[in-house]
Formats: sequence, structure tokens, C-alpha cells
Amino acid sequence: MTKPSDIVQKVEENLYEVPMDFQEGMRVPGRILVSQKLMNDLEIGTLHQTANVAALPGIQKYSLAMPDAHFGYGFPIGGVAAFDATEGVISPGGVGFDINCGVRILRTDLEIREVRPRIKELMNKLFTAIPSGVGSKSKLRVSDSELDDAFSLGARWAVEQGYGVESDILHCEDSGFIDAADPEKVSDKARKRGKPQFGTLGSGNHFLEVQEVDKIYEPEIAKLFGIREGTVTVMIHCGSRGAGHQICTDYLQVMEQASKKYGINLPDKQLACAPADSREGQDYFKAMAAGANYAWANRQVITHWVRETFENVFNKDAEELGMDLVYDVAHNVAKLEEHEIDGKKKQVYVHRKGATRAFPAGHPDVPTVYRSVGQPVLIPGSMGTPSYILHGAERSMELTFGSACHGAGRVMGRAEAKRKFRGEVLEKQLADQGIYVRATHPSMLAEEAPEVYKSSSEVVNVVHDLNIARKVVRVKPMGVAKG
Amino acid sequence: MSLPAYEYLSHPADVRFRAFGNTLEEVFEHSALAMFNVIVTNISNIKPERSVDLELESNGLENLLYNYLSELLFQFEVEEIIFGEFHVDSIIQADTGYILKGRAQGEDIDLTRHAFETEVKAVTYHQLSVTKEDVGYSTQVIVDT
Repeated sequence: MTKPSDIVQKVEENLYEVPMDFQEGMRVPGRILVSQKLMNDLEIGTLHQTANVAALPGIQKYSLAMPDAHFGYGFPIGGVAAFDATEGVISPGGVGFDINCGVRILRTDLEIREVRPRIKELMNKLFTAIPSGVGSKSKLRVSDSELDDAFSLGARWAVEQGYGVESDILHCEDSGFIDAADPEKVSDKARKRGKPQFGTLGSGNHFLEVQEVDKIYEPEIAKLFGIREGTVTVMIHCGSRGAGHQICTDYLQVMEQASKKYGINLPDKQLACAPADSREGQDYFKAMAAGANYAWANRQVITHWVRETFENVFNKDAEELGMDLVYDVAHNVAKLEEHEIDGKKKQVYVHRKGATRAFPAGHPDVPTVYRSVGQPVLIPGSMGTPSYILHGAERSMELTFGSACHGAGRVMGRAEAKRKFRGEVLEKQLADQGIYVRATHPSMLAEEAPEVYKSSSEVVNVVHDLNIARKVVRVKPMGVAKG
Repeated sequence: MSLPAYEYLSHPADVRFRAFGNTLEEVFEHSALAMFNVIVTNISNIKPERSVDLELESNGLENLLYNYLSELLFQFEVEEIIFGEFHVDSIIQADTGYILKGRAQGEDIDLTRHAFETEVKAVTYHQLSVTKEDVGYSTQVIVDT
């Protein structure tokens, strides 16, 4: 059987090219960012999916797969592609169903030794304060006009409603909203799904984690990010819930028709797309932006409840506890960005499906406070394994349209994981490592067992060694809440 | 030898299944069962206490299946019903495409009684198929979890 290593050509250490003759219709080569070890884990299907994306009109330079890439549907998970803003396409399959699934991390001044003895109480209270799991409902009741405002203004809306402080917005990618959003492009169905789920964590790989700062690689940059050794951080990983899922579901149908209308030849129906400047393309982009804003507002509301819970447990206010937002990244999204291609500046729609923006120092889209070092890049680990904070570095613009990996990357399906692992056993194993886990259902833990993912450190080392994003801080879980 | 109503195939991240049926209507019913069996524990224990009528139209059989399963996910979340039984009364070909009529039955979601397994975010178009076999029909579906 053909292996990915038989097909790719080495460009340099950790960087391989998928040649254009690998598959019919490729307009650009593929580029895979992997170590030797990760190459051995790579499925041939991931290469085919990368090549399928390379066949879409208007694609620029390369169809990319990040080190955590795995076989998905349509685009590979961990796929990055940029399309010319006038001659290229926009594809919902390049964003995924969970629009603006993303990660944020809060710093605190709490010492590990203060939190350790109270971790169970803390996690139990967080688990109650932030609804999670299938069928869970929010305690928040938003009106239709409030929902519109959240679709339009994202995290800014939440802060204006009292769920957070002004500085939270300054520490979000794109200040917590994409201004192209148009709530009128969001269907009734997406509203109906989004409304009761606003302020919920969801299920699957989403989590809320209390972490200890375990290792600092770059003390000066860590200081700028507000992270100190021996302290505790909080990470929130979730997305746009049913609102985003429905927006993508709706527009896939629109795009399926549009692909035919505009004569776009699709290697896979899930790659359904429309010209970027067509009505269908722009309608989707505006609806997707609304979904992304919903996700930012969602993470902001959850942040507020996290702060309230800490205030309650430690009997100090959030300000005294130093619970500032370090950063918030979107890892399933399409953005209109300017990139240099063949020596010319060009507007492109960059699709990141399971990839994190990693803009370097000096980029105008990096918040002022971080502009001297590059944006924080947040890479969550799998349950029970370390997460990393990196900073965007020099070669990200040249190699990956300013993108890095987004997590560990699955290697095993959920059904197989459930057959192989038992939630109760995992819970005990994690407890032995000092990690307290709260989940709605033990089988959920089995699905998310650390062994079903690639190693987060292996994945992170690839972008570190390529100088796309450099390691700043490593954090380790102390407590995990999962839906 | 009779085929199972559905079977799961391996996929590294999401859930992939095939469903079988003697008729088009039956293979749609079995596809819905396969999807909800991923979501809820002990689907066979769910009683048909509430019913949602469905009438859907799509321009092709695959689009109709996508539309049908997506509609069920929507009804599950918005009407807060966990479905256990699916009835497709008819799938007919009209001038504009295919029309499905049927209903789904189940219970009001009660988190004290119902245990959920895996959240299904959406139905994908990836490798989606509805195939006429020598005997009956089969489908293949990948759902995003």
C-alpha cells in the first residue's frame, strides 16, 4: 500500500511537498508540515484531501496541512488554504461546522499551592456554572435583538452587557469580532438552535481546564503575556454551538447549487464553494462571520462565569486574582487578509480549518501590547496532556499564510476509543497524575482518552523548529471539565 | 441472509456509517436510527410519546438524505425531543426533485433519565451516497462529531 512518505518530496526538515502530479486537477502543490515520526502516523487520505483542496479555483501558492493534520471531511482537519479575493472561491467546507471553534486562556496571580487543595471544589463549581454536554441549556435567555447584536459584535457585545472588561476585547484575535458579519444572512433555524445554547460549552473535544504553569521557555515574552512560573491559568475551548453548525449546514446546500451554477468542478462534494465575489460566496462569508462572532460572545460569557466562580471559591474579586485574558484564537474560520504572493501584496480569503493564526512581530493585526513579539498562539493538548502558548514567528507569513497547528490531532475514531478505553479507568489514571476530571458521562472520557491523539509536544515542536511559532510557555492540567 | 439495519465503519475523527433497507423509505429510516444511536444510550428504550411530522424536498436523493438527517438534528435540538423511531411513509419523485413524507417519534429530553453519548454537530456531504443495490438500497454517511 502506498504510504505518504512514498509520495512527498522533502523541502527541508519538517516540510514536505505533495507534487502536482499526485492527483489530477491540482493547481498548486501541497505542503505538509510534519516530523519524521508524524509522517509515519499520517494517513494517505489526508494527502488526498490536501490535494483535493489544491484543485479549487484561485488557490494561492500551496494547499497546506499542519503537523496535527488528519483525515476529515472535505478539507483535512489542520488544513490551510488561501484563495484570491476576486478570482478565488469561498468554501464552508474549509471552515467546518463549528465556526470559530477556538481557545482562550486567562492568567491568574493564584499560586499552584493555593489552588491544588481546592481543585475538586473549584472544578465542581465550574462544572455547574458553565452548562456542558449534549442537551444542556444555557441559564442565559437572550432576546432576538440581543442575538442579532451578538452576531454583529461578538465579544464586544458581551462586554457591553457586563460579561467582562474592556481589556478583554483588546486581547482577542480581531478584537473579538469580524465586522463583515450580517445577521440577516443567518437563517431562522440557526437562530433557533443558537438561542438556547448561548453560554454553553458543548461536548466532544471542548473543555474548560484549570492549569498550572509547568515550564517557561522564553521568560521575557512570558512576562509580556502575563504568565509567571508557579501560577495557575484557565483555558476555555469551545465554539459557535448549534448556531454555527446550522449556518454551515444551510450554506453547504447553497454552495452545492452554486458550484453547479458557476461550473466549478468538485473533487469532493463537501468542498462545495462559490466564487469569492459572487452573491452566494459573500452571503456565506457574512453568515460565517456572524457565527464566528457568536462564538466569541459565547467564550466571553463563559469567561465571566469562570471569573465569578473563582471569586466565589477564593473569596476575592477577579481583579485581585489577576484574572486577565491573555489571548483568544479562532481555529476554524475564513478571513480576508493581505498576504505577499510572488512579491506582490494580495487580498486573499485564508481558510483555516483546525489551524491557528500565528502572525509574527510587527504585523498590524497583532494587538499593540504584543506587537513587538508576535501574537500568542494557543495550542490545547488532549485531555491530561500539556497545552502550549507560543508566539507567532518570522517564517509564518512566508510558509503558511501566518498559520500554525491547532491541537494534538486525532489518530483514533470515537467508536474505537470507546471499545478500547473505559471512562472510569481513565478517570482513576488521571487522578493518579493529580488531574481531577468532571464529565457528564464516563464514555465521553473514553472518546477523549489521551491515546486517541497525537502527542501535543511532537506537533508543537514542528512549528517551533520551522520558526512559524516559537514555544513560550507550557501548562499542565490540574482540573478538567468536559461536556 | 438478511443485512443489519446499519453498521459503523472506522474514521479517525468522525463517525461513518452504512445503512441498508429493502426500500428507499426503509434505508432512510435506518440511516436516521444509525445517527441517533450515536447520540443517545439505549435508543431502543425511547418511547414514541411525541411525534414530529416531516415533509422535505430536495433535488436529488443524496441531498434529500442530507436534508432529512439535518432536519432531524435540528428538531432534536430545538424541539428538545430525543427520537427513537423513524417512519418514512413515502419518497416520491416529482418534477422538481424528490419529496419525503414521514414522522419521527420520541420523548421529551429529560437529563435525569436520558444518557447521551456523542454530540453530532452536523451531517457532511463527504462520501455521502444513496445506492441502489441488487436487492434494496444502501447509504453511506459521515457525521461530524
